[in-house]
Amino acid sequence: MVTFTLNGKERSFDGDPDTPLLWVIRDFEKLTGTKYGCGVAQCGACTVHLDGMTRRSCITPISTVDGSEVITIEGIDGPEAKAVQAAWVAIDVPQCGYCQSGQIMSAVALLQVTPKPNDADIDGAMAGNLCRCATYHRIRQAIHNAADAMEG
Amino acid sequence: MTLQQISTTRRAFLAGSGLVIGLALTPRLSAFAATKGVQAGGEDALTALNAFVKIGADDTVTVLSKHIEFGQGPFTGLATLVAEELDADWSQMRAVHSPADDKVYANLAFGLQGTGGSTSIGNSYEQLRKAGATARAMLVAAAAEEWGVPVGEITVEKGRIKHAASGKESGFGALTVKAATQTPPENPKLKDPSQFVLIGQELPKLDTIGKTNGTAIFTLDIATDDMLIAVVAHPDHFGASVKSFDDSEARKVKGVIDVKQVPQGVAVYADNTFAALKGRDSLKIEWDLSKAETRSSKALEADYAKNFAEKGLEATNNGDVQAAFSKDGVQTLEAELVFPFLAHAPMEPLDAVFMKAADGSLDIYTGAQFPGMDLATAAKIVGLDPSKVRVNTQLTGGSFGRKAQFGSPYMQEAAAVYAATDRTRPVKHMWTREDDIRGGYYRPMYAHKMRGAIDAEGRITAWDQVIVGQSIMGKADLDETSVEGASNLPYVIPNLRVTSHNVELAVPPLWWRSVGHTHTGFAVETFVDELLQKVGKDPVEGRLALLTNEPRHMGTLKKVAEMADWGSTVPDGRSRGVAVVRSFGTYVAQIVEISAGDDGAPRVHKVWCAVDCGVAINPNVIKAQMEGGIGYGLGAVLFDAVTLGEGGKIVQSNFHDYRSLRINEMPAVDVAIIASTEKPTGVGEPGVPPIGPAVANAWRRLTGSPVRRLPIVNVVTS
Repeated sequence: MVTFTLNGKERSFDGDPDTPLLWVIRDFEKLTGTKYGCGVAQCGACTVHLDGMTRRSCITPISTVDGSEVITIEGIDGPEAKAVQAAWVAIDVPQCGYCQSGQIMSAVALLQVTPKPNDADIDGAMAGNLCRCATYHRIRQAIHNAADAMEG
Repeated sequence: MTLQQISTTRRAFLAGSGLVIGLALTPRLSAFAATKGVQAGGEDALTALNAFVKIGADDTVTVLSKHIEFGQGPFTGLATLVAEELDADWSQMRAVHSPADDKVYANLAFGLQGTGGSTSIGNSYEQLRKAGATARAMLVAAAAEEWGVPVGEITVEKGRIKHAASGKESGFGALTVKAATQTPPENPKLKDPSQFVLIGQELPKLDTIGKTNGTAIFTLDIATDDMLIAVVAHPDHFGASVKSFDDSEARKVKGVIDVKQVPQGVAVYADNTFAALKGRDSLKIEWDLSKAETRSSKALEADYAKNFAEKGLEATNNGDVQAAFSKDGVQTLEAELVFPFLAHAPMEPLDAVFMKAADGSLDIYTGAQFPGMDLATAAKIVGLDPSKVRVNTQLTGGSFGRKAQFGSPYMQEAAAVYAATDRTRPVKHMWTREDDIRGGYYRPMYAHKMRGAIDAEGRITAWDQVIVGQSIMGKADLDETSVEGASNLPYVIPNLRVTSHNVELAVPPLWWRSVGHTHTGFAVETFVDELLQKVGKDPVEGRLALLTNEPRHMGTLKKVAEMADWGSTVPDGRSRGVAVVRSFGTYVAQIVEISAGDDGAPRVHKVWCAVDCGVAINPNVIKAQMEGGIGYGLGAVLFDAVTLGEGGKIVQSNFHDYRSLRINEMPAVDVAIIASTEKPTGVGEPGVPPIGPAVANAWRRLTGSPVRRLPIVNVVTS
């Protein structure tokens, strides 16, 4: 039995301990904002926050999550999250939208650590998140805009 | 469009209002509410005013999009067309996918329902405006009746219906039930473009919010408590089939419910996704390779080249190419180009959900790019009358052509997987990324042989191009999609010959974002650039001098040169390249600035892009499609190939070896839209073709090495 908190709620899982966190979140917890894209930590569509850090949930066995705090796109909150989501909406970043939960989770984590990122910081934090629609140009702009908005 | 098509469309348009009522538009989900938000278009009772427009008691206007929303913006674009003529306020607009119906919801460019060829806006431009104007007229007629005032005295603005003299005023919602009983006008008058209020504005996209907070529902997100998850083990050779299999280990995996052979491989059914995947990994399968493609990509390349010496299918033959090459004092330039197989790799792999309704009919949820074809295909395989099957198109995580397939081969697999069960439980069939990269239906491999002649005065006098590859349309004779962009070369060259050879492979081909222009655009634009360099002409001025019959090519090229300040000093170590390509009726010119990166491959710093797509419905969406097209095309040109290894085994399997462009590789992009009153044309594909040749041209000017085969990294790092 694995216990963890998911978006602030105590949860437990007693299935196959090898089950990746991604499929626990999607199949068992029925939270579908976190996406499957590759299953091998190459695309970042499955990005969640695990104890405050970004984590590719597709390669994270649930057994390693025992006692941890997991935040998904559905539970993300705070000034960075609000600023990032508002910035995303303001310039219509998404196209197909499938990767965007993961993009936003990575962007929020970046701003939590680096409130005023430069382009190299953005490259470093976001290069693990693929977008086949190539909305990268707007992702970069939206992160800068979010940082500016938070600075007031 | 023929007159007969117009009249058929007209009947279907009017007939449609009855058809949409009562059809389930959104999934009935037991576990969680997928139906909220943009997809549902509001929970209030909606009244259909015609096949495309429903109005709610809450004043919301829901547009039924006959085109799938997978990122190119038809929800927003089609809703804009309706809202414009309806005189609605943008805040009241919603969009959902229409039901599958090849008549009512036909793409007027295809004659059946489907999205592709960058046609969504073009074919809908009049039809959806008419739908809005019809609904407006019915609302006005209802107001006139309700208020006892003449129709001519009623005005509509920003969603408010007003009668100035009496001071009466209403929203749409209060009048919509009465409006539905009015006779729709035969030919409602459409606005002159000078009167447009919403068209041409950068209206916020309708699907953005759900895509930033995790609430947008894609096919893969649809679930019920009793749903089976199914994955299929596929062969790693094209044309292979199952000889025998041992599922004893797979059946031991906790959560695995069943294993069945289907025509496409071996299906594993489980209670959850991980169990299905683990079960599939535990299968032992022996494949029959007797009908498989066993040639490697290298062997295919050699086989392709044999065609160059043979007589091909003639696409264009102007002047006398042979004579032009034989003239005294003629210089020639030759190039052989090789283009690899390309997977589309949309972020959401192929998937479909099957749910039997209480009356025995079947709901299918999927990213249907050809919904009618998917429906007919599934109905046949599950053995139901098509009237008992509903295809509910879902928001979809990209396609780039992948989900538009004649004969619906993906749906054949998904439906076979469902049909093999006892059908008591809903089934979700999904592909993994490995299935996707190795699944075929690629942009085919092509080889081009180019020859150019330059006379003693430095004029390009002849162009001879041979194109070898699979026919996407499956034709034995000339396939226009193999030669488009070359056979109608925009440059004035007196002697022009373009021929093609169709080759047969077991690798299934498909269109990939911008179809033939993915390779013809590269071949034409790199070769003309090289010819111009050979005669000492500037790439922009030299092109303009050859584009005298093509004002819209010239317009975009001049604009992009102005944006980039072409001719100004470029920083040390950097170089610029240009390309201009017309595809799907839209003209796009791009200039890139590159350097050699630390890894030896081109590093693209900046792209300037000018696009002429006629009337710009939503400039923000157009710019986004140019940015996205550039990134998509650049990733492929720099990094991507699906290759067949020794014995024909597929080499690549996931994003680690089928690279996608990443944010650190994305150039800054500056887009300008040419002002135009021409009918609108599409933007989903046309941003793609110029980026590859523009980069290759800059690279050749930087390094002296022409790019003769793609992807570029394979050449510069090997």
